[in-house]
Amino acid sequence: MKELRGVGASTGIVVGPAKICQYAELEVAEAKDELPFKDKLETLRDALEKTTNDIRQSYARVEATNPKGAKIFEAHVLFLQDPTLLERIESMLREGYGVAYSVKRSFEESARQLEQLEDGYLRERAGDLRDVSERVLGTILHRSKTGAVLLLEPSIIVASDLTPSDTARLDRSSVLGFVTEKGGATSHTAILAEALGIPAVVGVKNALREIRDEDELIIDGRQGLVIVGPEEETIRAYARRREELERESATLRENATLTRPRRSSKKVEVTANIGSPRDVEKALQVGADGVGLYRTEFLFLDRDCPPSEEEQFEAYRIVLEQFSGKPVTIRTLDIGGDKEIRYLNLDKELNPSLGVRGIRLCLEHRDLFKTQLRAVLRASTYGRARIMYPMVAVREEIVEARAVLEEVKKELTENGTTFDKGIEVGIMVEVPSAALNAEELADHVDFFSIGTNDLVQYTFAADRTNENLSYLYQPQNSAVLGLVKMTVDASHRRGKWTGVCGELAGDAEAIPTLVGLGVDELSMSSQKIPFAQKILFEL
Amino acid sequence: MIVREFTVLNKVGLHARPAAVFVATARKFKSDIVVEKGRKRASARSILGLLTLGAGHGAVVAITIEGEDEQEAMKALAELVANKFGDEE
Repeated sequence: MKELRGVGASTGIVVGPAKICQYAELEVAEAKDELPFKDKLETLRDALEKTTNDIRQSYARVEATNPKGAKIFEAHVLFLQDPTLLERIESMLREGYGVAYSVKRSFEESARQLEQLEDGYLRERAGDLRDVSERVLGTILHRSKTGAVLLLEPSIIVASDLTPSDTARLDRSSVLGFVTEKGGATSHTAILAEALGIPAVVGVKNALREIRDEDELIIDGRQGLVIVGPEEETIRAYARRREELERESATLRENATLTRPRRSSKKVEVTANIGSPRDVEKALQVGADGVGLYRTEFLFLDRDCPPSEEEQFEAYRIVLEQFSGKPVTIRTLDIGGDKEIRYLNLDKELNPSLGVRGIRLCLEHRDLFKTQLRAVLRASTYGRARIMYPMVAVREEIVEARAVLEEVKKELTENGTTFDKGIEVGIMVEVPSAALNAEELADHVDFFSIGTNDLVQYTFAADRTNENLSYLYQPQNSAVLGLVKMTVDASHRRGKWTGVCGELAGDAEAIPTLVGLGVDELSMSSQKIPFAQKILFEL
Repeated sequence: MIVREFTVLNKVGLHARPAAVFVATARKFKSDIVVEKGRKRASARSILGLLTLGAGHGAVVAITIEGEDEQEAMKALAELVANKFGDEE
C-alpha cells in the first residue's frame, strides 16, 4: 500500500481499478521507403492479429458485466478484417508508404466517410474506427496504451494530463474518478470532474510511475490523496466515509428543494455551469436558478467540419426547453490556438492564452460566428436565452460583435424566422482591461459575468496550467477582488448586473465575500450548488 | 443470381452491431453478396461499407447474391433482417 499526494480537485471518495491513459499523440510521418512490400505486409498482418487478440480480450472482460455493451467489440474486430480498408492499406504499402502511415491514413479516410453520414449514431462510429486505428498503431510502433481510451469496466483514469478533446472521448458513465500528474485546481480535468460530480486528484507527481493498470486505487478528493493497493481494512473505512458523505449531500439536496427564505435582502441567483445538454439533468436536480455559463466548445472540438446550424440549434434548444423559462446563458465559442481544430487552420501561436481566442477568434471567423448566433437566436424562442461573448478586452469588440448580431437578426427577420427580440447580451469579464473599463463597457451590454479563472491568470500573468506557478493562483487576493468590485459597482451604476462564473463562485470561503461585494449571480458546477445554497441561506 | 429488397426494421437502423452480425452471417457463405441502398453499394463482407450505406430505420435495401449457396445465404440473411438483427429485446 502506498500513498500519493496531489491537489484535491473534486470532492468525494471512490474505490476502483486504475486505467492508465497515455496520450502520446502517435505522430506518423508521411514518408516512402524502400522496404519490400512483402515485409511490410507481414508487419501489417502481425499487427492486425495482435490487435484482434487484444480486442477479443477486451470483449471477454466486458462481456462478463455488460454483455450488450461488449457487442461493439465485435464490430471493432470486423474493422480489422474489412476488405475495403485492407485494400486501401495494401495499396498504400505498394506505393511505398510505411505501415504505420498507411494504417493511420486509411482508417482516417474511412472515419471521415462515416462522419459525412446524416445519422448521428453512425457518425459517432468514426470515433470507434479511430480507437481501433490507435490500437493498431500502438502495436506497430510498440507503444502500448495509446490514443483514445476504451473503458472496459468502470475505472479510475490515471493520466499525465487530460486535454478537453481527450475527455470528450471518454465514456463518461464508466469513469469513477481521475488522477493526473499535471494540473491544478482549475485544470480541465478538475472542471470536468466537477461537472460530472466525480472525485479527482490532480498534480500527483509520478502517478504514471507509481500506478500500474488495474491497480486497486482509493481516491480521496477532499484530501488530495491517492492510495495505491489499499488493504481491506482501509477500503472498508473509506467505504463508510463515502456513505456518510453521500448522506450529507442528500440532505443538502433535500433542503435545496424547499423554498428558502433569505435573510439577506437581495436574492443572489445560483446557476449552473454546463458543458453540454447531458449536464442539464443534474443542474435541475439540485435546483439551479438557470444556467450561468453554457460552454459551447464541446460542439466544435474533435471533428473535421464545424457543427451545422441545425446541430447547434438542437443542442441549445434542448437545454432551453428543459430549463423552461429560467435563463440560460450561452457563451459563444471560446477557443484559441492551443486547441487543434482541423477545420479552422489556426496558426500556432507562441502564446496562445494571449492570442487569437474567444471573441477575437469569433470576429475573425465571421461565418462560424454568424452560424452560432443564428442557431442561438432560433433556439431563443424555446426558453430564455442570453448571449455572452468571451475574452472581451475593449469596447470595439462588443460594438463589432453586436453589429454582427444585428445583421443576423435582420436576416432572420427577412426570412420570417422568429426569435426572442429582447434577448440579453453580455460579456465575460476576464481580461483586467475589461474590469478597469467596466463602466464604459456597461453601456454596451445587459450584463457582465466574471470568469475568475482567467481573470486570475491574466492579473498575475501566471499560466494556470503551470504547476510550478500554483502559488500565483490567488483568486481571493485583493488585486482580483478589487477588479470584481470595480466591475460590480460599474454595472450597478449603469443599471446592469454582474455574475461570477469561475471557480471562485462555488468556493465556500469566497461566497460571503462575493455576496458582500454585491455580485448578483453565482454560477458553478451543479455539484457545488447545494453547498452554495446552504451558505447563502445562512448569510 | 437472386435479388430481394428488404426494409430495415430495427429502431436504430443498420448500425455497428447489426452490421457486425450481418457480416458474420454473410461470411458463412461462399456466394458474393452485395447490399445496395439507393446509389450506394457495399460488399456484405465489409462492415465499413455497410455502415457507410447509412441505412436507418425504415430504409429499403436490396440484397443481391450470386454463387453456389445463394439460396441458403438469402434465407439466412432474410431471417436476420426480419428478426431485426437480434438487436432488440
